[in-house]
Order: sequence, then C-alpha cells, then structure tokens
Amino acid sequence: MDAKGIRRIARLARLSIHDDDIPSYAEKMTKLLELADKLQAVDVSQCEPLSHPLEITQPLRADEVTEVDQRELFQTLAPEVERGFYLVPQVIEQE
Amino acid sequence: MSMHNDTLKQLSDKLANKDISSVELTQHCIDRVNRYDDKLNTFITLDEEFALAQAKAADARIAKGEANAMTGLPIAQKDIFCAKGMKTTCASKMLDNFIAPYDATLITQFNNAGCVLFGKTNMDEFAMGSSNENSFYGDCQNPWDLDCVPGGSSGGSASAVAARLVPASTGTDTGGSIRQPAAFCGITGLKPTYGRVSRYGMIAFASSLDQAGPMAQTAEDAAMMMNVMAGFDPKDSTSVNRPVEDFTAKLNHPLKGLTIGLPKEYFVEALNPEIARVLHEAAKVLESLGVTLKDMSLPHTDMGIPVYYVIGPAECSSNLSRFDGVRYGYRCENPVDLDDLYCRSRGEGFGPEVKRRIMMGTYALSSGFYDAYYTKAQKVRRMMKQDFVEAFKTVDYILCPSTPSTAFREGEKCDDPISMYLADVFTVAANMAGLPALSMPAGFVKGLPVGAQLIGNYFDEAGMLNVAHQYQQATDWHTKIPEMFL
Repeated sequence: MDAKGIRRIARLARLSIHDDDIPSYAEKMTKLLELADKLQAVDVSQCEPLSHPLEITQPLRADEVTEVDQRELFQTLAPEVERGFYLVPQVIEQE
Repeated sequence: MSMHNDTLKQLSDKLANKDISSVELTQHCIDRVNRYDDKLNTFITLDEEFALAQAKAADARIAKGEANAMTGLPIAQKDIFCAKGMKTTCASKMLDNFIAPYDATLITQFNNAGCVLFGKTNMDEFAMGSSNENSFYGDCQNPWDLDCVPGGSSGGSASAVAARLVPASTGTDTGGSIRQPAAFCGITGLKPTYGRVSRYGMIAFASSLDQAGPMAQTAEDAAMMMNVMAGFDPKDSTSVNRPVEDFTAKLNHPLKGLTIGLPKEYFVEALNPEIARVLHEAAKVLESLGVTLKDMSLPHTDMGIPVYYVIGPAECSSNLSRFDGVRYGYRCENPVDLDDLYCRSRGEGFGPEVKRRIMMGTYALSSGFYDAYYTKAQKVRRMMKQDFVEAFKTVDYILCPSTPSTAFREGEKCDDPISMYLADVFTVAANMAGLPALSMPAGFVKGLPVGAQLIGNYFDEAGMLNVAHQYQQATDWHTKIPEMFL
C-alpha cells in the first residue's frame, strides 16, 4: 500500500488525512493487508459465506408508523439548522 | 463502611433488609469515584445529582414493597449506550457534543428495574481497541498496576468494577471487548449469544458481531444483570425472539456429568506459560467438582484474527459513514464546500485507530477486492463456526485462556497495530460463531490477574454461569481487590 493507495482509500471513505501522516498509514495498512492475506491459505471452495452467526433472516414488521415526529429535538443536536432544515455549504450553483 | 467490598447479590440483600439505602450506597460510590478516579480515569460522565435522584426513587420503591432484586443498585454504563439527556460520546471527539435524544433499550431495562444509572464509562473510541488507549478522554489505568492498561475496549467498565468504585457495569464485545478487559482487571465478564441483548441505542461498530453484556465481580452478579438485560426487542432487527430464562436459577446445580473441552490450539507457544499453568489449575478445580476434562481441537483458531480484522473494519466503515458533520456530532470549522465538510469533519472528528479501520474496511469492500477479502473472510468465518458446532457434539463447554498475556504496559503496543490485535487472539472466535463466552478470574501472574474463558453453546448462558459460579464457590480469586483500592 503506497501513498497513492492511501489517498485513494481516504478519498473513498471521505476522510481528510494530513500528508505528514500518510507514510505511517501506508506502513500500518500494509501490515494489515499482510494479516488479511493469511486468509488466502484456506480452501473455502466448499463453503458458503456466513453473514449472520445464527443464520436467521431479518424479521419484517407491518408497515405502520411507530415513531413520533421529534424533528425539533433532533435538530437541537445539529451543527447548523434553519427553519427545520439542516444547513450545509451551498451545493447548487447560482445563476 | 465497606459496601464496596460487597457483591451485587450482597448489596441486593442489604437493600431488601433495609440495612442500607440506595442513596447511601450511591453516595458511597460517588465518594469512591471522587477519591480514586483521578488515578484511573474510568468515567467520562458522572451525573451525581441524576444518580442520587434515581437512588431516592429506588428507595421509595423499596419502601413500598415494589422492588426486585436489582432495585437500588448502581450500575455504570459503557459510554456506547444512549441515555436520554446525557452526554453519550463513544469516547470520540466526533460525539463530544452529543446529548442522546433517547434511551437505549438496555438503559430502559435498567431504569425499569430501578437501577441507578451510575455514570458513563471510558472506552476505546467507538469500541475499537484492546487497551483503552484510543479514548478522546485519555487513557484509563489498570487498578492492579497503574502503569498497565485495563484492556479494551470496555476498559473503564472493567477498571471501575475491579477498583470497586461501582459494584457492576456493562460492556460491549465485538472481538473480546468485555472478556479481555475483564481478564486484565480480574473481574467476571460475559458476552452473551449474538442477539440475546438488544442493541437498540448502542452505537454500532460491527453489526454481525457486536453484543452487550454484564461486567461484574461474580458469575452470580452477572446472572442477576442478565435477568435485566436479556430478551427480545422488536426495535433491534438482530434481536432473537426467544423466551428468556431466569439466569440465576441454575447457579447451584452440581457440575457432575458435564464434559469440558480444552482446545489444543489455545495452549500454544504464544501463550505465556504461567497463564497456561493457571488454566490447568482451573481445569483441575473443575475436575474436582465432577467435570470430565477432554482434549479437543478447534482447527481454524489461527484464522480468527485475520477474519476479524477484515469483517470488523468492513462493517465499521459502513456503520461509521453516518457521521458526516450534518445532523449531529462534530463539524469542522469553515468548510469550503460539502465535500470538504464531510472529509474534514470525519478526518478531524475520528482518532487514528478509527480512521485506520475505516480505511481498511473501505479497501476490503471496494470494487475488485470485495470477494478476495470480505466474502473470503465470511467463508472462513463459517469454517470457524463449524469447528464449534462439531466440538459441542462431544463437550458441554470449552475452557481456555481469555488472553495470551496479562495486562501489558501502557504504550507497549501502540506503534504496532498487529501486536495490539493479537491481544484478542483467544476471544474473537466466540464472536465469529456468535457463541456466548465469559471470562472469570482464575489466578495471578506477577501480581496481575489472569482470566479463564468459558465458551458455551448457543443460548446456554445460564449453564455457563452455573459452571463459573460453582468454580467461584471453590476458589476466591474473584474476591481479590487491588491493595490501593481496599
């Protein structure tokens, strides 16, 4: 894993990383990938992936409203709101 | 007053007999935190007024004869559980300003039982770590040696109980985060079967692995806590809809006729020989109680860490995508555009270990690598589970060490993530298979506690607690308290 690889993954994960820290991330990620590569030694050709340890499926419930509207409470936690909306930097260009 | 030397069970009896009040007990715990916690840093938040108000309400309930065995007992909660109106941080800068708008089901369950919510404990950021050195609120210390780590990620919960600042606490366990700190601090910690305890309101790390459980002085106390915590919750889609038994009912069953397996893959060179000696002594105690010991094998044990460090990061990279600086949590200063807002809020809000795991997971899930890493890890995971399914055809429980070493020194493993990850080498397998497992104190090596791990079959927590309780009737390791905190 080189600096370019770290920048690409950090970009995919939407994480800003300081340039100074990239060598350390690269070194540690390389070790992690070496660890993960130990998996390649196992023959899994006869094996299905296990995604749920108890192998049960997600339950379904009736499509009914179960939560009350708490928008005002939730918006007290937001960094910036206005008239019930969450504010972010402008994304649509002005004419 | 020596209330802090009492177990939950003893305190419960004293409350019922009105020998003590919940207000007295809660104040005593507050006094101990104020006296000792500058040495340990086990709490992120402790709202004394809130705790005392709950204690007062518990006393009223006891006076009216409406109490149960847990009413009035102070329980510290890992700071991963949302508690309404209370700061809930997951030990991250990302959530340093987050006041939870609702209660986790687990918090509601303890509230309904009349327990006192005794503060929120320190932990590794987003439960990622094995030493509590990844907390935004600073390292937490091991009461047996202040230069050593308490383990992690539930380090504050373990340290607080070991130093008897609080009689019991909760933790969460994704790869060993209850059992490893329980072992390092000399307490009893149980990771229940996957799906046994609701995760609603518990901040998610790796959804196919996470499970909450009790951290206590004894197996009996853990059983009392399980009676509060376990059960189906329609709000958690991974919660298992299955009746819950009384976890204390079987505690006194004789162990005669049980078979306990000793897996050879856990007694290997990587294991400190002194810990191996402690484990063999624990096995002998169980044998003297009527258990038959059996050598056995779990062939894919060495794949546990590689599987865990693909599946855990992959699922965390997905779960932690919710932290975007828009709806709650940390937001960077003066973002120039939306993309800058996402990247810098996340880059500045998460600590280095969390970022590393998000990146590892992002890589494992990225186009072209998904099958080679995530799907492959899930397949090897099935083989690990199959090892246990085979094993439980011939043994009732598995006994093995909880950790390969005793508590290590602060800073010792910080620069090498792989050596840190190997601290979980004996605990991850139970998470892979979704099985219940506990760690109980079994002795000391050079003054530091050693944990013995019991792994049981699905939903057999009560049986495991029976074995641990009988072991604790025959030994006194669980009663030891570090001298500085007597």
